[in-house]
Amino acid sequence: MFKVFAKGFLGLAVALVMNLPTMSAAQDASNDTLISVENPWARASIGMSRPGGAYLTIRNDGKDTVSLVGLRAEISGMASVHETRTNSDGVSSMTPAEDIAIPAGGTVALEPGGYHAMLMQLQSPLVEGETFPLTLLFSDGTELEVNVPILGVGARGPEG
Amino acid sequence: MKMVRIALWSMVAVAVVIVATLWMTERDQGPVAARLAPEGEGFSADFELTDHNGMVQTEEDFRGRWMLVFFGFTNCPDVCPMGLATIAQVMDDLGSQSAGVQPLFITVDPERDTPSVLAEYIPQFGPGILGLSGSSEQIERTAKSFNIYYQKVDDASAPENYSVGHTSSFLLFDPQGEFVRIYEYDQDPARIVSDLRDRIGA
Repeated sequence: MFKVFAKGFLGLAVALVMNLPTMSAAQDASNDTLISVENPWARASIGMSRPGGAYLTIRNDGKDTVSLVGLRAEISGMASVHETRTNSDGVSSMTPAEDIAIPAGGTVALEPGGYHAMLMQLQSPLVEGETFPLTLLFSDGTELEVNVPILGVGARGPEG
Repeated sequence: MKMVRIALWSMVAVAVVIVATLWMTERDQGPVAARLAPEGEGFSADFELTDHNGMVQTEEDFRGRWMLVFFGFTNCPDVCPMGLATIAQVMDDLGSQSAGVQPLFITVDPERDTPSVLAEYIPQFGPGILGLSGSSEQIERTAKSFNIYYQKVDDASAPENYSVGHTSSFLLFDPQGEFVRIYEYDQDPARIVSDLRDRIGA
């Protein structure tokens, strides 16, 4: 339902600029990415003083690996991907995530207990029932804007 | 030459013993609650903290009810809201039996999570959940008595440049305040509900 497609921006630009004689080289450089996002959702925030969290699944239908390298959102003064890890003693901690590789034909989920979009410095509260735009930045230059529905504060997944 | 070899091997042996000892000592100091099976060695809840209404609470105040205890902090964007959402769902699904269960959220970030901060945050997840805070010493003592772990972690991209790593499992105590078992914060609420129903009904 919330499926958004983006043709690799850089790939497209390179393919348009270059002509047939250099086509194979252009293809090598292009990555030919086809990245889509499924089931984005965020939890309503309680005020604006605490970081918000958002989740989604990224699918890479291209033929090369691409990496999620960053986030941008007007609603957040500082948006970044963080990773929660829980060890065998049941201790959970959170660290900023490295670039996240999405293999060709594969998916990577940002979901509770794993990767999440951490939305710091909220510019306005995340209000249940509303949506906000979140831009995903990829290693091949693709910028993919997703409209993220805001669910209740007690949501446990994209279904609520 | 032979002497040198013997000396070197002795040093290796000593090193192995030292490393093994350190490793075992470190493991012994780790949190044990998460490793305790229902039939494992028990312990009792023991705390004195201030709830989000400003009332001092101890484990005595919850005698006669099952306590479902979750440690966390309000600046936590992932694990803590998920855990609170799981608890809220469990309480909803328990229906009338929820009267016999008291969920407690104990902060591991007492500097930021004062009772009034908890008052603004915790009830949003469900009216039955009680937030508890205290001085740094009180929280430290509580964590020790509950056998849970927490540690500030530097993180330049977190509020005030830190987050807190902590035991994320729920700890269940019986109406006498004895530790019973753990649940995981992201477990299917239905499984927790069915386990709790069996215990409350028994």
